Amino acid sequence: MNVPPHCQPNLVAHSATIRFLHWVWVYAIGCMVFSGWQIYNASPSLPFIFPRWSGLGGWLGGALAWHFSAMWLLAVDGMAYVAYGFLSGHFRRDFGIPTARAVARDMRSALTFRLGHRIGHYNAVQRLLYLGVIGALVLQVVTGLAIWKPVQLGALVGLFGGYPIARNIHLATMFLIVSFIIVHLVLVAIFPRTLVSMIVGISAEPERRT
Amino acid sequence: MSALQGSPVVKMRDIQPELRRLQRRAFLRQGVSLGGLALLTGCDLSTSTGVDAALKSILRFDDRVQAALFSGRRLAQTYPPSAVTRPFRFNAYYAQWQVRGIPDSWRLEVAGSVSEKAPWTIPALRALPQVEQITRHICIEGWSQIGRWSGVPLRALLQRIGADLRAPFVSFRCFDGYSTSIDMASALHPQTILTLDFDGQPLTPEWGAPVRLRIPTKLGFKSAKNLQAIEVTHVFSGGYWEDQGYDWFSGV
Repeated sequence: MNVPPHCQPNLVAHSATIRFLHWVWVYAIGCMVFSGWQIYNASPSLPFIFPRWSGLGGWLGGALAWHFSAMWLLAVDGMAYVAYGFLSGHFRRDFGIPTARAVARDMRSALTFRLGHRIGHYNAVQRLLYLGVIGALVLQVVTGLAIWKPVQLGALVGLFGGYPIARNIHLATMFLIVSFIIVHLVLVAIFPRTLVSMIVGISAEPERRT
Repeated sequence: MSALQGSPVVKMRDIQPELRRLQRRAFLRQGVSLGGLALLTGCDLSTSTGVDAALKSILRFDDRVQAALFSGRRLAQTYPPSAVTRPFRFNAYYAQWQVRGIPDSWRLEVAGSVSEKAPWTIPALRALPQVEQITRHICIEGWSQIGRWSGVPLRALLQRIGADLRAPFVSFRCFDGYSTSIDMASALHPQTILTLDFDGQPLTPEWGAPVRLRIPTKLGFKSAKNLQAIEVTHVFSGGYWEDQGYDWFSGV
């Protein structure tokens, strides 16, 4: 029988590499988001601020130091993840772009709480969300570079319509990423075995044919 | 010694938060200036510990990356006169009512590795070649505004006074108590100007009279106002904000 490798019972759903990169990512993104809030609060471009207790760095200078330090961790971790995703076949196997029909079907089941979850398998809604957040992270890095170096990378900031707009896109993309994280955490709370899988690694669940 | 250890007068855990706060303040004050010093001399100045030391050394690394990304030929975008922001936002490390007037007998001093150390008057500066720019002033806080400045390219003055252009730093001291310093490559950039006019009018004290730095390839706080002295130097000197923890290179 031709069983795809990720459905073989002995194979872990989340490899040690993925688990390591995931938790490094949690730390790096946490640093970026919370220091980013503190930086935003120094001069809000929109009529709101983030709660003062939620900022990282204590003041603008500290927050910038965190932001411009954690960015390297994020970049190295992200590049390692992309390299691993391609080389290991993880992207090809698990993150193929789902068809609109599959998304519609799985979204309908998800919204009516009937979508099953099988560890080691990515349904169409998950694929869409993971592809979306990877796209958002790439956009966040690119807008971040644009507002970090609006002169040296002038073409990049021009692409986003100039410095002030690029800055607001950077803010909006942060909200997209945080929204993903919230949905992600809710789903982990519903399927706690995924958390176990991401910490110690458990076998992928074989496909059930019903 | 053993008696002291047996009955400490001050318990460590009681003073721990205060100690930590003081250490943090020490970092904020010395942090990046030590970082920049190490960048210059290659010294390892790991005087503080833990997270602060790590952040400090990464900022030092960031400075090197920024210097590598910087190109002396790449220009900041310029805008048409219609794009100028009016009214322009006042910004300093003090409130607008504390703006200093020009001291009597003011002269712009030049010091350090220069062959002609005679101070400069405004008419003398106006006799040098003048350039105008309409560029975006980007604050480290994130806001930005487009302004119109004109004056002498810093490069022209440095050449005129016989500055050692291989010196790594140009340092600025202001009579309002402010200070900053920049790398020589940025000092020689064609858009780095000693500004005499703002929006077509001679500078007034709030906009940096009688002469200020305008450097559109760096964040706003690097464009020091109310200049008193310029020094071409081999010694890293940090600056008002840099000594408190702002990243020294602060290129854009």
